[in-house]
Amino acid sequence: MRKRTLLGPNTEIRSVAVRASRHGTKADVRGPLSGFDKICGSAKLITGTLTSRRSDNNRTLAQERVILSMTSAVPGTLAAFLCFFFLTVNVAGALAQEATGKQPTATAKPEKKLTEIKIGYLRAYAPQLALSVLDVPPRDEGVAGGNVAIADNNTTGSFLGQKFSLDVTEVKPDADVVPAFQEMIAKGNRYVVADLSARQLLSIADLARDNGVLIFNAGATDDSLREEECRASIFHTIPTRSMLADGLAQYLIWKQWRRWVLIYGSHERDQLFAEALRRAATRFGGEIVGEKLFEDTGTARRTDSGVVQIQRQMPVFTQDLPEHDVLLVADESEVFGTYVPFRTWIPRPVAGTAGLTPLAWHPASEQWGGTQIQNRFAKANGRRMVSKDMAAWTAVRILGEAATRTQGADPRKMADFIRSDDFSIAAFKGQKLTFRKWNQQLRQPIFLGDTRSVVSTSPQEGFLHQLSELDTLGVDEPETKCVLK
Amino acid sequence: MQRRACALAIVATGFMSGPASAYMAYVSNEKDNTMTVVDTATMQVVKTVNVGQRPRGITISHDGKHIYLCASDDDSIEVIDTASLEIVDTLPSGPDPELFVLSPDGKTLYVANEDDNLVTVIDIEGKKVLAEIPVGVEPEGMGVSPDGKTMVNTSETTNMAHFIDTSTHEITDNVLVDARPRFVEFTPDGKQAWVSAEIGGTVSVIDNQTREVVQKITFEVAGLRPESIQPVGVRITADGKKAYVALGPANRVAVVNTQTYEVEKYVLVGQRVWQLAFTPDQKTIISTNGVSNDITFIDVATDEPVQSVTVGALPWGVVVSPK
Repeated sequence: MRKRTLLGPNTEIRSVAVRASRHGTKADVRGPLSGFDKICGSAKLITGTLTSRRSDNNRTLAQERVILSMTSAVPGTLAAFLCFFFLTVNVAGALAQEATGKQPTATAKPEKKLTEIKIGYLRAYAPQLALSVLDVPPRDEGVAGGNVAIADNNTTGSFLGQKFSLDVTEVKPDADVVPAFQEMIAKGNRYVVADLSARQLLSIADLARDNGVLIFNAGATDDSLREEECRASIFHTIPTRSMLADGLAQYLIWKQWRRWVLIYGSHERDQLFAEALRRAATRFGGEIVGEKLFEDTGTARRTDSGVVQIQRQMPVFTQDLPEHDVLLVADESEVFGTYVPFRTWIPRPVAGTAGLTPLAWHPASEQWGGTQIQNRFAKANGRRMVSKDMAAWTAVRILGEAATRTQGADPRKMADFIRSDDFSIAAFKGQKLTFRKWNQQLRQPIFLGDTRSVVSTSPQEGFLHQLSELDTLGVDEPETKCVLK
Repeated sequence: MQRRACALAIVATGFMSGPASAYMAYVSNEKDNTMTVVDTATMQVVKTVNVGQRPRGITISHDGKHIYLCASDDDSIEVIDTASLEIVDTLPSGPDPELFVLSPDGKTLYVANEDDNLVTVIDIEGKKVLAEIPVGVEPEGMGVSPDGKTMVNTSETTNMAHFIDTSTHEITDNVLVDARPRFVEFTPDGKQAWVSAEIGGTVSVIDNQTREVVQKITFEVAGLRPESIQPVGVRITADGKKAYVALGPANRVAVVNTQTYEVEKYVLVGQRVWQLAFTPDQKTIISTNGVSNDITFIDVATDEPVQSVTVGALPWGVVVSPK
């Protein structure tokens, strides 16, 4: 239990060093010290550490890291010059410090060997279009969340002598991922966060099992991966379609909006989400009084006068639907969903993949300490955090937590811990999250929001469960078809 | 001289409608940017003061003259004069101050800066930052030993209690606790630090000598799902015999026997109870109930709730004047 800091005792200088190393090249670090002081503080440390290099060849990675980031913390030659000036002014003080010999050598005595924990990130990526430019997925969707968690893990790791890294590989959607995965294993990654299709995931699951590699699915919402096609080597941090649909359905029932109509797209994933919505209706007492397929005829998503046509077409398309309380949309493929709200024949709220949407994370959630992760994420990435970022953050944090609790990087011990009753993770969702033992899906509340704000989170009040109310979302243990292998 | 006495009398009648021995409780209301002043004898709201944005952590100088209040979204600590109830000063706090603790000598504030993984040490009189100490992710809980030699910070995502030597401002020990540690309270003899874990649902009792967890207290309320039991604020009586633990959305305050570590009672208060404060005579403990927008007075002798008083929106922290 007794743990000490990685770097030995020292004075104020060390504070600056560790801080700068955490913030990397960021010059906008707020605080009572001015930017100038910060830069020069860093420069002073470089000279200090460089002096110590001569006497100590056994620098650890931690020190290497500090030195490197110190160098990058100085933005340019002007700053270097200013610092030089500053140093000369302060030469007496600096000399005094060197004379005591305290400052550089003190930092050079780590008490613990640095343990490296390498995490791979395998991702199927190709630019995607969306009906609204606002919905085009960010280039680093998911990866950005993983990186924030790496930084978080490394802050904690600095107290325990652990260093985490993320090694990202991209493949094309539906490409053969086996070579890329094999390369990751060869590079020593024992944990891989995956943002892949269900088919791609299954193609590497056995390979993972045979090599003692754990996969964390942070991208695929397919229920099949947790049911008939479940695998012992895959944990799932992203919720399933059925969890999302159940979260939405509970809210609609709570509102007493029970009569639904469903418009679904013609692609496989649209139909899977439609199926999850139908299941949710049966489960919670909603009634789907009418359904309609919206065929994708290959229309361009963005055309100059498209809006005029849509305004005329969508009311006609929804005109023959029976009387209903809510219109549900299942269009993961971005063919028509965004065009439904405000354009229906009769005025009704829209929910599903458009309108009120169930999500693993909402970019505006500030509840349960969410402000902190949102600020941290926005500061690091210059954009808001979306569902896939949260799924990846959670996956990497789970590995951090496992490394902290098992006090090491032994993949077997870490896996045992993640599978044990002691495991739980906090992810800004108001309660601890745990894995469903029967299919390794992370239990979690579902956010319901529109484009601006969080409307509610499910499970809703009154949906009870004998073990965990979170298990009212998605496929529960008695119904599961999963046999982990 | 005579005029002065007169002025004092006016102030006194203006503020104290109850008995002369009344204490004032000051409650920070996170949502509506106010601080509510409540007379603890009459249990009535005396005044509502407009303060900075998102007021959370609140404490008072030992002489009772100044309130220190974390205005989190203003990145500052406000100093409020308890006589005039006006903001008379601000202290440099570092970004997003949430919670802090005053050193036993009353000269230093130790502040948790949530956004920057730092604990900031502030010299109150000189209004300057003495040190910034890098800690784990999302620093929150702050405690200081009665002798002032050890300060403890908890980091909510790192899940550690960081023991810091106040003379060197260095971390000496990092103790792992359960998920989302929120608050630190030392026993009056300084031998133990009690650390609550909101998501973990426990309180870890840490030996201040060995810096090891010697006991983990768990909570169970019939009819409540375990996830809704989320310990936050902790206060220990001056005689060291009883600990009070606010249980968040469990809407209860647990009373723990510090000898046996057994929970002896769950006191039902308001919704989402977060922080606690004793009156100086130790006869009453007050809880802030965020979601029900009220505070509850609990009788320490009987551990019965006496009365709830409506304050501002989302009451967060509470402190009671020393006289």
